[in-house]
Amino acid sequence: MLALQILIDGFAISALYALGAVGFTLIFGVSGVLNLAHGGLMLIAAVAAWYTAGELHAGQYIGAITGLAFGVLAAFLTYFVVVRPIQRSRAIPRDETEIFVLTGTLLWGIMIQEAVAYFFSDNPLTVPALISGVANIDGVRVPFNEILVAVISWLSIGLLWILVNRTRAGKALLACAINPRGLTLLGFELGRIYLLVWLIYGLLVAAAGVLLATFLGTSSGNTGALTASAFSIVVLGGLGSVSGSLIAAYVVGYMETLTAYLVSPQIRTIPSLLLLVLVLYVRPQGLLGRR
Amino acid sequence: MSRRTLAALVLLLLLIAFPFVASGYLLGVFTIAFYFGVFAMAWDLLFGFAGEVNFGPTFLIGLGAYAAGLLNVRGWPILPAVLAGAVAAVIGGLLLALPALRLRGPYFGLVTLVAVLLLQQVIVIFAGVTGGEIGLSLPDVLSVDARKNYWYALAFMGVSGALLYALSRSPAGLILQAAGQDPVEAQALGFNVAKHKLAAFSISALFSGLAGALMVFYLGTASVDTVVDISVTVQVIIAVVLGGRRTILGGILGAVFLIGVGEVLRPLGQLSTFVVAAIALAVILLFPDGLIGAFGRHGREA
Repeated sequence: MLALQILIDGFAISALYALGAVGFTLIFGVSGVLNLAHGGLMLIAAVAAWYTAGELHAGQYIGAITGLAFGVLAAFLTYFVVVRPIQRSRAIPRDETEIFVLTGTLLWGIMIQEAVAYFFSDNPLTVPALISGVANIDGVRVPFNEILVAVISWLSIGLLWILVNRTRAGKALLACAINPRGLTLLGFELGRIYLLVWLIYGLLVAAAGVLLATFLGTSSGNTGALTASAFSIVVLGGLGSVSGSLIAAYVVGYMETLTAYLVSPQIRTIPSLLLLVLVLYVRPQGLLGRR
Repeated sequence: MSRRTLAALVLLLLLIAFPFVASGYLLGVFTIAFYFGVFAMAWDLLFGFAGEVNFGPTFLIGLGAYAAGLLNVRGWPILPAVLAGAVAAVIGGLLLALPALRLRGPYFGLVTLVAVLLLQQVIVIFAGVTGGEIGLSLPDVLSVDARKNYWYALAFMGVSGALLYALSRSPAGLILQAAGQDPVEAQALGFNVAKHKLAAFSISALFSGLAGALMVFYLGTASVDTVVDISVTVQVIIAVVLGGRRTILGGILGAVFLIGVGEVLRPLGQLSTFVVAAIALAVILLFPDGLIGAFGRHGREA
């Protein structure tokens, strides 16, 4: 019984982790940006959904859509206010851009976190479940919403796969990840590709934020941990490798669930952190990373 | 004597004389800022010179602080406890750096970040020994006199700053800088990059550990919030970037500015962190070389 419970809960949590991490790895793969405001963007989407659904009584569906819209808006803001000025700045040496993007997005994430805590709430926020009711799978009670979270996560990842591998715009993204300069020589405008990838990233991160808020709830104090978990999953899987991130999300998700159920919820994150350190020492490029 | 040295001497004398005119409250603010100045300078040695983003300065600071605190609880006097704290930070730093320095850039950053998260968990899990989330109160304090505390901190920061600055200007510092900017070329020139980076990490750990240990003996308690939490790391990073990376002494300026502004903005409550982060972001975008860079350049042009 417990085994089945762990299997189901672990699957749903891992799917959500995968959704959050895929966006993070996509934006790194295509534009070389490690966005340390990742958790902050998830928080904005979650707060927008919570405020519209709860405080404005618009219902959870309109709330979820508002959350998506605000998440995308926040992603674009991050790009235009923080990332692009740093990438274009003449005062910052080329080889230090990465370090500046890391520091800049870190500060931006803190601004988001503090603004949300101040203007809204620093208590945990929960968005009402998208669908109510509970399924009974072989004696284990599973809320429909938990199943929906897993389904939407996988649908989004599937859509992303189709977009990248089957459409012209997606192939341009892929090409940009491999050789941006070659792409400009072929007459593609890099600026538009970056806009597209930030749009997709915004949708993914916002979906992850809203789903997390309906499933486990989130709070402004939690943003650092959200960023850290996306960062660790992505590095564990190999920076820039989407399939690596998916595998790593399941490894981390199940390790956390197992620890929480079998040992103690208090030390939930420790085994996966230790695993991460171990993997990095033995195989610095991560599970599926290339060098 | 150049004009710059003279200005530095005058500033130092003013700082030494400051307690005769300032209130105890103001001295307390500066005391904390001075310890943060050392955190920042130690971090800049790795970031500005070795070119490594260490997201775990609080791993080193926290090790020093808690090792010193736990020994003090067991009856060690302050001085040996502080030294033992520094040793603990260096050993912990070496254990972390030996394998981690094989990694570069974001990978190194993440491992150091994970080290902090693990240390934080360990402190909370062994709450019986460490005081957990409440913190560990120490039997001894450096002094109850605000002036003495201020002078201790000032002297410690002055000596640390002088040593770190001299190191950064020494041949070893130049090799470190070369290794940070282009490790392959530095290696091709015959320099042992790994050895220099390891040395930089140990020195950074030494000063971080000392500063952490001394600061808890000033505060009288060691707690996760003041010496381990990620928010402390963020403050250290902000201080360095504000003051100007790759300058060592910029860290002092950044720390005093940061702690000072934080104190001035205290009435804003939670919003003060927002404002400080926004200021730091603006500095990064507009003056990537920090305060020292911005003023220094004007000085040279004039």
